[in-house]
Amino acid sequence: MTTVRTVLTIAALTLREASRRRVLWALAVLTVALLGLSAWGFSRLLAESGVDLTSGQARLVASQLLNLVMFGFSLIAALGTAFLTGPTLSGETESGIALSVLARPIRRSALLLGKWLGLVAFGSGFIVVAGLAQCLVVLWTVDYWPPQPVTALALLAAQTTVLLTLGLLLSTVISPMASGVVAVGLFGATWVAGVVGGLGAALGNEGVARVGTVSRVLLPTDGLWRGAMHGFQDAAALADAGPGFDGFPFLSQSALSPAYLAWAALWVAMIWGLAATSFARKDL
Amino acid sequence: MTGQNTRDAARLVADLPPTPAAWCSGLRKGYRRRQAVDDVSFQVGRGEVVGLLGPNGAGKTTVIKMLLGLVTPDAGEAMLLGRPAREPAARVGVGYLPELFRYQPWLTAAEVLTLHVRLAGANVPRREQRDCLELVGLADRAGDRVGGFSKGMQQRLGLAVALVARPELVVLDEPTSALDPLGRADVRDIVLSLKSRGVAVLLNSHLIGEVERVCDRAVILDHGRVVASGTLAELLGTRELRLRLTDLTPAAEARLTATGTVNRQGDWFTVALPAVEDDTTVPDLVRDLAAAGVRLHAVEPARISLEQRLLGILRAENARAESENAENKSAGNKSAENGSTR
Repeated sequence: MTTVRTVLTIAALTLREASRRRVLWALAVLTVALLGLSAWGFSRLLAESGVDLTSGQARLVASQLLNLVMFGFSLIAALGTAFLTGPTLSGETESGIALSVLARPIRRSALLLGKWLGLVAFGSGFIVVAGLAQCLVVLWTVDYWPPQPVTALALLAAQTTVLLTLGLLLSTVISPMASGVVAVGLFGATWVAGVVGGLGAALGNEGVARVGTVSRVLLPTDGLWRGAMHGFQDAAALADAGPGFDGFPFLSQSALSPAYLAWAALWVAMIWGLAATSFARKDL
Repeated sequence: MTGQNTRDAARLVADLPPTPAAWCSGLRKGYRRRQAVDDVSFQVGRGEVVGLLGPNGAGKTTVIKMLLGLVTPDAGEAMLLGRPAREPAARVGVGYLPELFRYQPWLTAAEVLTLHVRLAGANVPRREQRDCLELVGLADRAGDRVGGFSKGMQQRLGLAVALVARPELVVLDEPTSALDPLGRADVRDIVLSLKSRGVAVLLNSHLIGEVERVCDRAVILDHGRVVASGTLAELLGTRELRLRLTDLTPAAEARLTATGTVNRQGDWFTVALPAVEDDTTVPDLVRDLAAAGVRLHAVEPARISLEQRLLGILRAENARAESENAENKSAGNKSAENGSTR
């Protein structure tokens, strides 16, 4: 009972920190800017080239653009949570805030779980609000509604969770700044590896294709992102378009398998466990 | 039968002496090559104020952190309020002001206290929390963000955090490092009031005068070891009396010698007094000297200060360590020579 209360107290504290430190405010400004820009882009698309495009093509273009903008949001969420995760744990350890908190009758794992829950709520909340707003913008400008918006947004939230869990593990062993940089670097590298793998698959080069597959297993951010894209795009339009779009970075060929989702969940649990072990052994 | 057994057991437990507020035995901690804490054992009784003294790097803060479960000891055991220190529940009745104090800058002072009350699992009404801020002189800043506080104010807040959850043991690590003389006096009063309420205090401070004024006992650490510990009377040893006397008669001199060892420098006499304080030795001596026709110009108590005693202990300890090193070195050289001749 006391552990549950500790976890909830710390989670609420983490959310309050995010809002008091103006992180929410900065994110809101960025989101509104991106939404406005995409609304303008989508409306121009319809006005300037809508006449020439068949409805299938228009849907395909809308899918690609939606995925592109969503990638922007997922990047903001990833960068935001990664740079929020570092200071919240290793920063507090360095500055001494953690000393008085951990001298209370609480378990370190409860503190870690509270921080993690708060960050997951923050990252997922942002993704859901911004993503939904983006879907509405697309619906309003080009009359396109993604086939599986709930699944897609859930997968984007899962991607954020994967990255912030990694950030949490890193912040128990390295400095706050380094943990943010490494987490974002790995996120970017996995995305690039995914694109390279996609091109390899399109060209029939198995060796290159394996780069994407392996990187997706090592860090599931890119795999989850591809699953999310699949939920945002029009499957029928992509099928009609034929193999010309194979390997295109902002379209996904297939949905995620349950096995991969299970692996991603297991990955998060394992990395969280490692973070808890590392944090429990740390001398403050 | 079983009921009787339970009652017997309960009586047996109730009759046991209360467990110490803090207890540690054989604590060790090494960082890479350096042994920061080496076989440290001491205890803080319930309601007792114990000072932890020693030079920089003596291992005082590491010992405190090991007691609070913030640093894992390499060896040794520690208990807080009767529970193993590694269990979080051992810290339920403990308040702590760290040496490196910092509180969430995005919270207000009142919010920091509420957070700590909640984490401690205590039920402290808002009014009592406000009283706690008032005690440390922050009542009018309760609604201000901690980020805007000066270092001294943050230390005052830290003191409030240590006191807010009705602790039975308060651990203060350099509680006055950022405070002005007025603040130091406040801390002294707070420690004395905790003592009067039966709250145990473990106080680590560089300000020896502070320790001397408020502590019942002191533990002196150097190079990670306990080099001396005891009550202040035990640590400070014999008391002395300094007198300036003229017209000294042999009878008066004999009277002085009868009191204790006498050390004379011109007109000044230093007489060692019995370690146990009593109300008769000094007045009787003065009365007898006056009756013997001695002219008394000055009578003053000469107590070795804790500072002098501490410096004496540390210097002796350093000299011992140096001679040990020198011996080890020469032994090493000898064995090397032996090796080369072989």
